[in-house]
Amino acid sequence: MSNTALETTGLGKRYRGRWALEDCTISVPRGHVVGLVGPNGAGKSTMLNLAAGLISPSAGTISVLGEQPARDAAQLARVGFVPQDAALYGWLSIEDHLRLGAHCNPAWDGTAAHARLAELGLGARQRAGKLSGGQRAQLSLTIALAKRPELLLLDEPVASLDPLARREFLGLMMSTVAGHDVSIVLSSHLVSDIERVCDYLIVLVHSRVRVAGEIEELLATHHRLVGARSADDAAPVNQTVIAASVTDRQRLLVVRSDGPVVEPGWIIESVNLEDLVLAYMGQGAVRQDPLATVPVAS
Amino acid sequence: MASESVPVIEFYLDASSGVSPYLQLVHQVRRARKLGTLREGDQLPTVREVVASIAINPNTVSKAYRELEHEGLIAARVGVGTFVTASMSDADLAPLVPLRHDLEQWLVRARAAGLDDEAIEALFRTAFRSAAPVAS
Repeated sequence: MSNTALETTGLGKRYRGRWALEDCTISVPRGHVVGLVGPNGAGKSTMLNLAAGLISPSAGTISVLGEQPARDAAQLARVGFVPQDAALYGWLSIEDHLRLGAHCNPAWDGTAAHARLAELGLGARQRAGKLSGGQRAQLSLTIALAKRPELLLLDEPVASLDPLARREFLGLMMSTVAGHDVSIVLSSHLVSDIERVCDYLIVLVHSRVRVAGEIEELLATHHRLVGARSADDAAPVNQTVIAASVTDRQRLLVVRSDGPVVEPGWIIESVNLEDLVLAYMGQGAVRQDPLATVPVAS
Repeated sequence: MASESVPVIEFYLDASSGVSPYLQLVHQVRRARKLGTLREGDQLPTVREVVASIAINPNTVSKAYRELEHEGLIAARVGVGTFVTASMSDADLAPLVPLRHDLEQWLVRARAAGLDDEAIEALFRTAFRSAAPVAS
């Protein structure tokens, strides 16, 4: 059995001449809760749709739990997918949704699903179309979890939820992680949510992966350096500059540290997840990247 | 699941603090012990209970508990739960005395060399970083 949840090599997806995702090579071990962040149109949904097997790559390869996505019914049963709009059938009742799920999934855990919905106070006869955004998201997650998936993919699961519904949704997700051996990949704009629930980060910008790795390791290997502006402005030895902001006198850098800072004259500070994400997204850099305002396709 | 009593501590996360979630949990336990709201023998909520109540990655809670256990503030009893241990004894504090003395002498020298508080802090942080054990 493969011990990677998601593995891609040179993965790319092109829509009418525009690359929505390009040259993406990552290897995410199982057992992580992965946060996929990036500006709108950076390729987050494309990557999740590729992983779910809803679309096929234009270039490169992708393997999910060691297999080609959506290769057969058995592979599909191992992956749960909650798309951005919580794909439900508005005219079907909650009960109908569960029956449909039970019909389509061999390992369906109807007992847990019913218990969960009772906890949420959702009646079996209610139509999905009449539910609130938070309730729809919970139903969608409940269905995805009842599949007993080994990998759960969620596209902006909490974007449309109010803070309380968001907390309940993430609480259910994390309880599941604590109780079962499941890997999760979720996309989100909210770094504070990512910081709470994720232990692995992938930053996508302009259709490319800028950085991927365990959050704890990323935070330990990235620093903010504050120093006087020198004549040559060379990067400090052993440091890769991710973002730089320069005034006449001072240089403020976010760096990936490949070794200790050997040059004196730098004040070294730790970065938090938000600093890190912003640095990779190109904000807080000295030059405004003109590509940052490219219109989005989502 | 048995939850016979009100939890002795309710964790919370301050998203705007910039402090990592795991450290926030560690700080909250430390503070509750100092304030006396957590006493010896109190049982901490299980990882699952914390996860469900504040929607946080289970590994984060485990890591915070491991750290607190390493500090000797709490102890896990297999199959029973995690409990608050006795307060730090004087014996545990003994090694701190000479270290503090050294640091105070160093501070006197730094001030004598004309460094102000901020310069001292910057110097300390820099030295702290460069001498930090390499993360594996």
